[in-house]
Amino acid sequence: MSTSGDSPSGASDVKVTDEPLDTSEPDYSAVASTAPIEGGIADYFRNYLVRVRSGEMGSMPAVAGLIVLVIVFWVLHSGFGSLANFSDLLKQSSPTVFLAMGLVFVLLLGEIDLAAGTAAGVCAALMARMSVGYGWSWPFAILAALVAGLAIGVLTGVLCAKARIPSFVVTLALFLALQGVSLFIILNGAGAHGNIRISDNFISNVYNGQMDPWVGWLLLIVVVIGYGANKLYQVTSRSRAGLTAEPVVLVGIKVGALLIGGAVAVYLLNRNRGGTGGSQLINQGGKLVLVKPPALQGVPWVVLIGVFFLAVWTFVLTRTRYGRHVYAVGGNTEAARRAGIRTDRIRISVFVICSFMAAVGGVLIASNTSSVDANTGGGNTLLLAVGAAVIGGTSLFGGRGRPLDAIIGGLVVAVIANGMADLVQGNNRDSIQYVVTGAVLLLAAAVDALSRRRAGAAGLG
Amino acid sequence: MTEPILNLRGINKSFGPVHVLQGVDFSASVGEVTALVGDNGAGKSTLVKCIGGSYPIDSGEYVFEGRKVAVHSPREASELGIEIVYQDLALCDNLDIVQNMFLGREDHKGPVLDEISMEKAAAGALKTLSVRTVKSVRQRVSSLSGGQRQTVAIAKSVLWQSKVVLLDEPTAALGVAQTAQVLELVRRLADQGIAVVLISHNMNDVLQVADRIGVLYLGRMAAIVDRKDVDQQQLVELITTGRTGSIGLPANTTTAGTV
Repeated sequence: MSTSGDSPSGASDVKVTDEPLDTSEPDYSAVASTAPIEGGIADYFRNYLVRVRSGEMGSMPAVAGLIVLVIVFWVLHSGFGSLANFSDLLKQSSPTVFLAMGLVFVLLLGEIDLAAGTAAGVCAALMARMSVGYGWSWPFAILAALVAGLAIGVLTGVLCAKARIPSFVVTLALFLALQGVSLFIILNGAGAHGNIRISDNFISNVYNGQMDPWVGWLLLIVVVIGYGANKLYQVTSRSRAGLTAEPVVLVGIKVGALLIGGAVAVYLLNRNRGGTGGSQLINQGGKLVLVKPPALQGVPWVVLIGVFFLAVWTFVLTRTRYGRHVYAVGGNTEAARRAGIRTDRIRISVFVICSFMAAVGGVLIASNTSSVDANTGGGNTLLLAVGAAVIGGTSLFGGRGRPLDAIIGGLVVAVIANGMADLVQGNNRDSIQYVVTGAVLLLAAAVDALSRRRAGAAGLG
Repeated sequence: MTEPILNLRGINKSFGPVHVLQGVDFSASVGEVTALVGDNGAGKSTLVKCIGGSYPIDSGEYVFEGRKVAVHSPREASELGIEIVYQDLALCDNLDIVQNMFLGREDHKGPVLDEISMEKAAAGALKTLSVRTVKSVRQRVSSLSGGQRQTVAIAKSVLWQSKVVLLDEPTAALGVAQTAQVLELVRRLADQGIAVVLISHNMNDVLQVADRIGVLYLGRMAAIVDRKDVDQQQLVELITTGRTGSIGLPANTTTAGTV
């Protein structure tokens, strides 16, 4: 494969005109723009196609992959599509999603945090130790975990930005060191099975709990109204200022899609997925009564946490000066420095955010099993999270990525793990799952690298 | 001629034992394009970096708008209204034109970026320079050609109402049509009431657009001449030997430097 020059479509579709200044009517049709452009939906669609063909695919491969995977697993194994599994998928993806959301910031700068997984482990262990060993109530125990995350982030960031040690080396060292810290905390408070069992109900419910059905609906309404109002505000204020705005119809379609998709999800999650398996006939005052188990229904709480962080980090990255500077440093550090941006501070801050989100992920991992052991956050936790971010469309080369990528990628990773676990039984179950997940990650990285090369060939690099 | 807005007198700059700038005088006036030419190693870049505050000067007078100033950092220079458009452009490919033009100086309302005012101002700046090659100010810079990138970088200085703009080899990497375009832009920039300093290797560019030409030769200002007083032949001679006819450095000083 040759590098440049063999990308005819990209090169010819993005016209870069260089006609003399005083001629020509501008030709808007072929500009790959990221913000509102003139024209209707058709123009938008065309603009999108131009971007895709020139290598700027964003989350499209991940969304397509997600749909294909769901269909394949559902066809091969009907249990995959069950209500219970739907809710499980959301929960299973959550630790990966939160770790990946933090990693998006680090990846935006073209850095890497290999210690995010073990940082999650340390934070989880600290929370468990405080909750169990010292009897701290849950708000303080969770706060301890989050503060520990911030501290680890500051340490990583300072070592990378001030001491100028490559983040790969710093975080590889911390990956090992933090495992030791985690082990230390666990061994000093472990029970009979080498782990710390968390007895606090709230902490267990963070991962395992569900909302009341009406709370799920309320969440949906808040999200849809919030999203819609934000979009509408942008459109009206832009058109009032005489700037090109997104067509209202397109906004309508987006909000409508969110409403319908969300409503279907909430409806399904609000149905009882517990089944009737646990019903019992018991003798109550001389009569036999059929007692059903309490209905297992409602949107998992992790969804709320996910929506919260998605909204916060998206706002930070797209609407604040800080976010703009993160992209700038990721795109061209030297240019950012010349523009007066304190690149060191930005670099430190992304590691702080990453480790903070790792702490959130750690709390969820601990909440899942209500216990923490020396392996919590170890193994492939980190690699799955990096994979999720990259699969979602965040570039490993810096400058491109969104918090939403973490959610889409996290779902892909969870669907593979979940679907494979159902599908492949027996001894080779784990081995096949590892290979498939690895292959998908490699595929995502390849898409990233190729789209970059393609953008370069099209003069977009 | 009016009083120059930027006036350097007797600038010296050494890096260790190497005396790079030796008593250099240089000035730039509002509404004029002052070219700065010289062979490789003549000290063009060093002089530009001294003006821009990247290098501190060892000795000499730095007079800006009639006042003696000391410029210690690029930030101080841009606070005075001196902007340098570097050869390697300093644009972020992953950001769009508006985002690049406002980089580090974004408008904001409270914590939130004010995209509307920024977009209007950026479009206004491009309009001032009659730029019509850029279709949408929300295009990513990665999708722009070399000439368009140069345009964006130059328009930035209009946006920030710079008083002195130093362009470091703005046409070095451009084709014929794009070069013409950028030179036209340079002229318009000067017409906006900005003192433009054009650093270039290209004789044609310089002769086409400059009002005055300063020639550096081995760290010394060989001559600052009016465009109309020289032709290409003389200019080349000035650059290569430091003098031509009666213009330039005295003969005995130039031979010593020739290696």
